[in-house]
Amino acid sequence: MVATSSEAPALELRGIVKRFPGVLANDHIDLAVAPGEIRALLGENGAGKTTLMRVLYGLYPPDDGEILLDGKAQRFRSPTDAIHAGIGMVHQHFMLFPSLTVAENVVYGREPQRWGLLDRTAAARQVAELAERYGLQVDPAARVADLPVGSRQRVEILKTLYRDARVLILDEPTAVLTPQERQGLFQILRELASQGKTVIFITHKLQEVMDLADHATVLRGGMVEATVAVADSSPEALCRHMVGRDLLPQLAKVPQATGESLLAVNNLVVLDNTGRRIVDQVSFEVRAGEIVGLAGVAGNGQSELVAAIAGLRSPAAGRILLNQDDVTATSIAARRQAGLAYIPEDRNRVGLALAASVADNLILTGRHNPTLTQRGVLSQAGIERYTTDLVERFDIKIASVREAVDHLSGGNRQKVVTARELAQEPLVLIAEQPTQGVDVGAAESIHHNLLAVRDQGRAVLLSSAESSEILALCDRILVMFEGRIVGELLAEELANDPAAEATIGLLAAGGEV
Amino acid sequence: MNELANLFDAALLSSTMRFATPLLLAALGGLICERAGIFNIALEGLMLTGAFAAVAGSYYAGVLGGVGAAVVAGAALAALYAGFVVGLRSDEIVVGIALNLLASGLTVFLLRALFGVKGAFQDPRIEGLGSVRLPLIEAIPIVGPLLSGHSWLVYAALMLVAIVWVVLFHHPLGLRLRGVGEQPDAAATLGVNTRRVQAAALIVSGMLCGLAGAQLSLGSVTLFVEGMSAGRGWIAVVAVLLGRAHPVGVAVACLVFGFTDSLGFRLQGRDIPSQLTEMLPYVVTLIGLAIINSRRAQQKGLQP
Ligand SMILES: Nc1ncnc2c1ncn2[C@@H]1O[C@H](COP(=O)(O)OP(=O)(O)OP(=O)(O)O)[C@@H](O)[C@H]1O
Ligand SMILES: [Mg+2]
Repeated sequence: MVATSSEAPALELRGIVKRFPGVLANDHIDLAVAPGEIRALLGENGAGKTTLMRVLYGLYPPDDGEILLDGKAQRFRSPTDAIHAGIGMVHQHFMLFPSLTVAENVVYGREPQRWGLLDRTAAARQVAELAERYGLQVDPAARVADLPVGSRQRVEILKTLYRDARVLILDEPTAVLTPQERQGLFQILRELASQGKTVIFITHKLQEVMDLADHATVLRGGMVEATVAVADSSPEALCRHMVGRDLLPQLAKVPQATGESLLAVNNLVVLDNTGRRIVDQVSFEVRAGEIVGLAGVAGNGQSELVAAIAGLRSPAAGRILLNQDDVTATSIAARRQAGLAYIPEDRNRVGLALAASVADNLILTGRHNPTLTQRGVLSQAGIERYTTDLVERFDIKIASVREAVDHLSGGNRQKVVTARELAQEPLVLIAEQPTQGVDVGAAESIHHNLLAVRDQGRAVLLSSAESSEILALCDRILVMFEGRIVGELLAEELANDPAAEATIGLLAAGGEV
Repeated sequence: MNELANLFDAALLSSTMRFATPLLLAALGGLICERAGIFNIALEGLMLTGAFAAVAGSYYAGVLGGVGAAVVAGAALAALYAGFVVGLRSDEIVVGIALNLLASGLTVFLLRALFGVKGAFQDPRIEGLGSVRLPLIEAIPIVGPLLSGHSWLVYAALMLVAIVWVVLFHHPLGLRLRGVGEQPDAAATLGVNTRRVQAAALIVSGMLCGLAGAQLSLGSVTLFVEGMSAGRGWIAVVAVLLGRAHPVGVAVACLVFGFTDSLGFRLQGRDIPSQLTEMLPYVVTLIGLAIINSRRAQQKGLQP
């Protein structure tokens, strides 16, 4: 592979090798990126993208290979070395201190001082100047805990700029963003590139690659499969490089008659920690054979609504009916017993026990399953059979079911949660961002699984920040704004409407249609 | 009425300060660890070790030697703690309990080995901390007896509250410490050595517990008694939680505990059985624990 520009590369990786016990995560990877270039890094879950970037950021020592910046060989023993050399990283899972302010988060570890003390005024001023220069909107004095995801990401970018990063790495930066926030981020990245910074971003969304990147490098099984100029490529071609086949054309969603109400919410009110109504008098129902979508800009009450239905939060008023039984005051266990399953948004803290094995995570909710026990004691053989079967069915890429979940790549973690919840054969499935961070192939299969639940005459409540996902799957779409449902759209009416996504976006921003 | 006035006199306030000081010094140490993300449960053992080292040091090298020995001994034991908890990633509760047991055994053993006594050690050669009189303040009612006439460690403890507050909230070190406690991964990716920060926090807490021990054995008395920390380290742990690891909150909690301590002491020799009066500080501690728990449950807003 040659450098893809006439200029000398700002960053060059030569023959990077990284092994984990039983896995060759990076297998002689070469990569060269020019200054001012935006490079997309693509690949299936577990292809080695995050690992490669962690090597570049000094978090993992490479087993072999070289890193060159502006032609000079580097040796990173820790992130500190990489930061010094001008590399900045925005991690897949944000690395922020929620209780501290934006300015404190940015200057952390490199604080401006006056009379030996922390100079908060100078910190706020420097952060404001940086934000101004690169067009990032954020209030230096705000507490990070109070910020929406999009702003938190800007804080992460500011952190790298404050440390004079010339190479900026973003690991799945759009996974948690709303469409508006995503456009904002792209603007920022283009601005950074035009000021000569090199940007590398990982994504599973091919359209984003087409919109933003100059070149795309596809990894597969730890190796570079291809590097292409985006202008000469297409989403289909990129997809073929990634998964080695074409995607199935369209989801086959056949209209079907809906049955009785399986999940109903009546005048539900949920308060946030300050006593504000974060969910305000919400009522809706999901019938058998139906997928109902919950759309909206993050922070408008969707998460709290879902948490209340799942039993993680007590509502202040209103009722929740599961299969026509009032479950408002019942425990999570009772709800699950009654047929509720839940794929939570935060897979790492809510969805998984990270230190436990894949097998343990997969059987967490299945302990009543008779094939798992023998005379009341867990049967290892039964567990092995049950979990290996799930791993195969959901195409989870792991060395063994005994592996700890925190060794898994982001997308494979998501598959573990999805597999466990779908295996319950739930009456009502609540799916919150079910495809975040999973590759196109796996997202496709999760979509098929959700549709299968619907087609078997059961109910799905799907909360997603992806309008396209909601449009593709749902029969009805509820749009939330400031804790209320501000619009209900029918899929049939939106089908083939090119402005459908815009309509949702407008409602979600509090507008009128 | 008269009885009550008798009870709440100036001496009560004065002894409140004396009782609160060891709690305060130890709790400041616990607070620093808590902020660094380590639940320091060895305050009791660290304090007891400090109390013994203070007496031994004072016996051989005068009062400053005593205080110095207490600080060094506290730091050394805390360094051992750090070696396990930070270095080897052992569980801080398990190791902390082991250290508490070690401290109580070790001080008994050393008492035997160095001074050949059992139970308690008292000797004219042990120099106490003495007391400092504040000439002008002394004359003011209420404030005078509250503030004047204590050992210099009492004043040092009050100043340390301010110092800890400044460092925690207005010094880069404090910012780093709080960051390490809140999100160690985030701190590490910004190039901060989290292990070093945590180890330092533990060692500083050991030094503060050493001072707490010195106040205990050289402050109002000049002797060492086996197990003389008598649960004060545990009360300090509760004070850290009750004060939400904030210097001011922790100081208030310690003063409340100190007050009940001195009230209990004062009630002795009256008609109330001494077993009951001695219970007072621990009952208040229990109430404190109940408050902490109900607060936690509220914060989570979880269903039972
Ligand atoms: N700390 C670790 N210990 C052991 N194995 C690991 C570790 N980190 C990653 N792996 C393995 O290395 C391989 C590559 O993982 P990596 O996280 O780089 O994938 P990825 O391309 O980022 O995937 P995703 O798109 O799902 O985030 C996977 O098989 C993963 O299980
Ligand atoms: Mg990844």
